[in-house]
Amino acid sequence: MASVTSKPAVAGPIAQRGTSPLVIRIEPPRGWFNLRLKELWDYRELLYFFVWRDVKIRYKQTAIGVLWVILQPLLTMLVFTLFFGKLAKLPSLGLPYQVFYFAAVVPWMYFSYSLVNATNIVVENQRVITKVFFPRLILPISAVLSGLVDFSIGFVVLIIFTLSYGIRPGPTVFLLPLFLLLAILTALGVGLWLSALNALYRDVKYVTPFLTQFWMLASPVAYPSSMVPERYRWIYGLNPMAGVIDGFRWGLTGRGQAPSSVLIASTAMVLLLVFGGLIFFNRMEGSVADRV
Amino acid sequence: MAQTSGLLRDALANAFRSPANLFRGNRKETFWALKDVSLEVQEGEVLGLIGRNGSGKTTLLKILSRITRPTHGWAEIHGRVGSLLEVGTGFHPELTGRENAFLSGAILGMTKQEIARKFDEIVAFAELEKFIETAVKHYSSGMYVRLAFAVAAHLEPEILLVDEVLAVGDIRFQKKCLGKMGDVARAGRTVILVSHQLNQIRRLCNRVLWIDGGAVKREGPTATTVSAYEEEMSASRDDDERAVAGIAQFLRWQLMGENRLEDHALPHEGELAVSFLVRVNQPIHSAQHGIGLYDQERHLIWGNAADSVSLDPGLHEFRYKIAGMPLRPGVYSWRVTLWDGEARIDDWECSPPMKVVTVPVTHYKDEWAGFLNIPSELKIVPVAMNVIGPSPQSRTE
Repeated sequence: MASVTSKPAVAGPIAQRGTSPLVIRIEPPRGWFNLRLKELWDYRELLYFFVWRDVKIRYKQTAIGVLWVILQPLLTMLVFTLFFGKLAKLPSLGLPYQVFYFAAVVPWMYFSYSLVNATNIVVENQRVITKVFFPRLILPISAVLSGLVDFSIGFVVLIIFTLSYGIRPGPTVFLLPLFLLLAILTALGVGLWLSALNALYRDVKYVTPFLTQFWMLASPVAYPSSMVPERYRWIYGLNPMAGVIDGFRWGLTGRGQAPSSVLIASTAMVLLLVFGGLIFFNRMEGSVADRV
Repeated sequence: MAQTSGLLRDALANAFRSPANLFRGNRKETFWALKDVSLEVQEGEVLGLIGRNGSGKTTLLKILSRITRPTHGWAEIHGRVGSLLEVGTGFHPELTGRENAFLSGAILGMTKQEIARKFDEIVAFAELEKFIETAVKHYSSGMYVRLAFAVAAHLEPEILLVDEVLAVGDIRFQKKCLGKMGDVARAGRTVILVSHQLNQIRRLCNRVLWIDGGAVKREGPTATTVSAYEEEMSASRDDDERAVAGIAQFLRWQLMGENRLEDHALPHEGELAVSFLVRVNQPIHSAQHGIGLYDQERHLIWGNAADSVSLDPGLHEFRYKIAGMPLRPGVYSWRVTLWDGEARIDDWECSPPMKVVTVPVTHYKDEWAGFLNIPSELKIVPVAMNVIGPSPQSRTE
């Protein structure tokens, strides 16, 4: 039982950080829905710094640095083209294999990187967490956002690549940001759960690579979703990343699965996942500093 | 309500309710790092937190820093809090000094603008102008802590919580650190300082809280609380191995005179009057008596002896009047002896030890302060140098 009393006089509500007298009340965690989102906004600069740090460090001391951002998806795409395309001869919606895979690989790599990053981020920062206060939610959020830097570069390459194959994106291209947003939310939703769980049970970090592998196979990255039998299409569509990958391909090339009502269902699921993740992470946050 | 065979009935009931419990051993006991701690810290106070390792001081700071949440209870904080629980929070070896300064500053709670504004000051304080663009992994450990501390020292919160990181680096830099902390305290900031360096506590704090086993053991002005703590830390072990030859035995000692604070505490320099009570069972002729005053590390500070001591059976008091004993605050032990030639009559390490509760006026660091608490004045005066060569009365002749 620890308590610190103060001068009884001033006890106003929590005010804007830094501008007027600030009163903070420290209490045992209470309630499931106390998300303290306002606090997150106050610490937005720190969020920027964490993302900046992650990006800076990733490519320091590498021989070709930023080129990896382009090479990774390119090489993946080449391998897919060779094995899934040329050898296995999977259908590709009439698109050249390279475009078919590249359009999927760029958003997919953002997603799988974000999952892995989110899983590890709390544990990686255990030193900082046990020494300074900041809303711990900043960490998984920064994990999910830092992949966007790589994604933007990959995306530019994707556009150039697609154009070079003579494929001109139509107006559907303007819907791509929405699909990206869905990818971000999915990464955040799952990432919150993974990062909280990993802080409690270190086994989770071994689960994540397996999870992303399986998830990739369950998403239309290496094959079009039209390959899935009609009657299972709706279950398949519940996978939000199916909507994202299909959407990317469709938005870029006009081919493949257009957004359908299943997308609404999977988006709703994602929002639930995010909400649940926020609550779970917050519940767990209080004991992280002791357990990490 | 009738209490019927409580234990067995409950045990049986439990066994029926959840048989598995029979096989599960004792549940792990809950450990309370802090229990029933209540305190109030006024604005501008510098509060010291002392206590053994594991007593709960760091936990208290962690709760106030919002790193750990309390299980029960609450705290209310008015003002921006900066916590210095570690040196180099957030530093990453791959980033340069500049990048780490920004990162660490941001983590500690400064805005980007603030850090940019103070950046030159920080680099100057750390004396790292030449190396600020190098990756921190190339820094020596001294450079690392200098930069880390420099960033932390320029944090300007209303409330500062410091855990044992007050002075890092070499002696010269430590002085800078303490100086800076002194500035912070004088600027009216509220500081809570945890330290094992009692000298720092004495120098900077006006009030001290002694935490032991998760509870507040004692609270009060710095001098007395720290002395009480020191005394407990050096509590003499039970020593019943004194020679009980039966001839004579020292029983008690105490301080006499107006100078004393209590029977065993000395608050002022100036004349010291101390008396030792001895019970003599058999007559003693021409014995030798010795007295010594030792510090914590068993250095002999002062000693004296007397010959031809003759005592009849009964109680006697050895009363000493010592012109002065200007000692550094701390815990000291008297030792009195009686010898008959080669035979030891009694040799007593006096208990309880003597507390000296004075205001230190010498070096701020324990290991450079010495034993004597004598004030001094330094005047530096320019001298004209116009003598070249040996003086007329040369020693070599």
